[in-house]
Amino acid sequence: MILRWFSHFATHVHLTTMALTREQIASIAGLARLELTPEEIPVYQDGLSRIIDFVGALDRCETANVVPMAHPLAGLSQRLRPDVVTEQDRHEQYQSNAPQVAAGLYLVPKVIE
Amino acid sequence: MVAFHTSTLTQLAAGLRQRKFSSVELTGACLARIEAHQGALNAFISVTREQALKEAASADRALAAGTGGALTGVPIAHKDLFCTQGVRTSCGSRMLDNFISPYDATVVARLRQAGAVMVGKTNMDEFAMGSSNETSYYGPVRNPWDPSLVPGGSSGGSAAAVAARLVAGATATDTGGSIRQPAALCGVTGMKPTYGRVSRYGMVAFASSLDQAGTLTASAADAALMLREMAGFDANDSTSVDRQVPDYVAALGEPLGGLKIGLLREFFEKGLDADNERRVREALRVYEGLGAKLTEVSLPHLPLSVPVYYVVAPAECSSNLSRFDGVRFGHRCENPRDLNDLYRRSRGEGFGAEVKRRIMTGTYVLSAGYYDAYYLKAQRVRSLINADFNRAFQSVDVLIGPTTPTPAFALGAKTSDPITMYLNDIYTIGANLAGLPAISVPCGFVRDLPVGLQIVGPHFSEARVLSVAHAFQQVTDWHSRIPGSYA
Repeated sequence: MILRWFSHFATHVHLTTMALTREQIASIAGLARLELTPEEIPVYQDGLSRIIDFVGALDRCETANVVPMAHPLAGLSQRLRPDVVTEQDRHEQYQSNAPQVAAGLYLVPKVIE
Repeated sequence: MVAFHTSTLTQLAAGLRQRKFSSVELTGACLARIEAHQGALNAFISVTREQALKEAASADRALAAGTGGALTGVPIAHKDLFCTQGVRTSCGSRMLDNFISPYDATVVARLRQAGAVMVGKTNMDEFAMGSSNETSYYGPVRNPWDPSLVPGGSSGGSAAAVAARLVAGATATDTGGSIRQPAALCGVTGMKPTYGRVSRYGMVAFASSLDQAGTLTASAADAALMLREMAGFDANDSTSVDRQVPDYVAALGEPLGGLKIGLLREFFEKGLDADNERRVREALRVYEGLGAKLTEVSLPHLPLSVPVYYVVAPAECSSNLSRFDGVRFGHRCENPRDLNDLYRRSRGEGFGAEVKRRIMTGTYVLSAGYYDAYYLKAQRVRSLINADFNRAFQSVDVLIGPTTPTPAFALGAKTSDPITMYLNDIYTIGANLAGLPAISVPCGFVRDLPVGLQIVGPHFSEARVLSVAHAFQQVTDWHSRIPGSYA
């Protein structure tokens, strides 16, 4: 556990000199809910390592006191709308795209034993 | 007999209004042309023949009654990430291969309202992630100038369809260059408006702070005509800007005299093909001849736009694409063991390699311990790039430079290393990060392949950007060149 925490800390500090491990790729794929085949893992290991290395160039840019930009139109705030119901009931139409429905409900494998 | 395919969108709309030909006649010819070249180009994912002919007949009735709109009866194609009610909207992905949209995107609805006839949905990189159209589940699109080359991406199908004159205009989207880069590689005009100018409602989301809808057409005048109908406030998109839409068509004639053009020093540095540079510099001399003044400007943080983009875009993509869960719509794996297995296998099977790579990159940069170092850092550098643009626009009206470093490249040439592919968008990403309007227009040829000139303007200066492009197209004919096999 301590080792894992340390390796996170270490990669956090040295952004540009890292290659992701198989375990890290498996863990990222797990977080992203993506099943990877054993053959796919080295492909993403290589690709992601290159990308992470490439974006590490940002580390050399001085950004103290720079406000992060989340939206390209500065000063524009999120618009609010009146709290009224505007949606029509179209669940049958929407559910026609669902893989499995019954009685207006989406079906998934049993979640609670 | 009118040569439909050599007519512009503007000419076709006028010809229909003057009843020189009918929409059924025009749409039929257009569908025949699409079907004849589908095998060679693979520009379409779906062709909506029956619906198109029905819409055309109804357009003819409107034209007869004198109730037509600006585009009544004109056939157009939609990039296959705009939701189209009752028609498959696949996004170039196995994930949505079976998805029939229950509603129309605002862009689709507005163009329909203006009378346009949809003839089909164009091929694209999967979920708009790619610069070569090679990531599509439906196979790559071929470049009409040379079928061994890519058309660019992600709007490669729309660009190829217009370049081969299968349609006079097509919708497209641009997150990092996906309208302008294929426009350059296919020799057509590609317009990306200001972020917030065109509604994103019903446009399958990739990176929400960057995505913007626009047009691929043969000319800036055609782009003005289409964009005028597409643009404007939409309550269904919370980032849509409530601001009047100028008459872009009427503004095309705006005189150029005294126009201050900024040459981006960073755009002419290493990596730019020497012949591409020559074509761009020749175009700049055309502008000087029209009375424009050139000055060199520097945007020192612009070289960081690609690394910023490959943090911000994957981060937003990983979040947006979490909706594809195999439960409500889209691909579901066979016989899931449990809910987690359902999620993992449905997504693992439904998404292609590039999409998975971006989702995982985004997941990584947003994960605990990395958020500040990557995502927040990238947003800070994005601020600096935006400030660079703002500073430049205090002294110049528009920025002009190349759209891409090279002309079209061979299929398969850049698929092994993601970074090589990503660097294709080195000149286009800046406008997305800062939310600026930008257009790519054809400005000549290198080794018999088209080259694009990019014009970037301040926020909401679409009218100016279009008129600057139009002025160039009034004195050059690069935009009206058609590839030999499609002439």
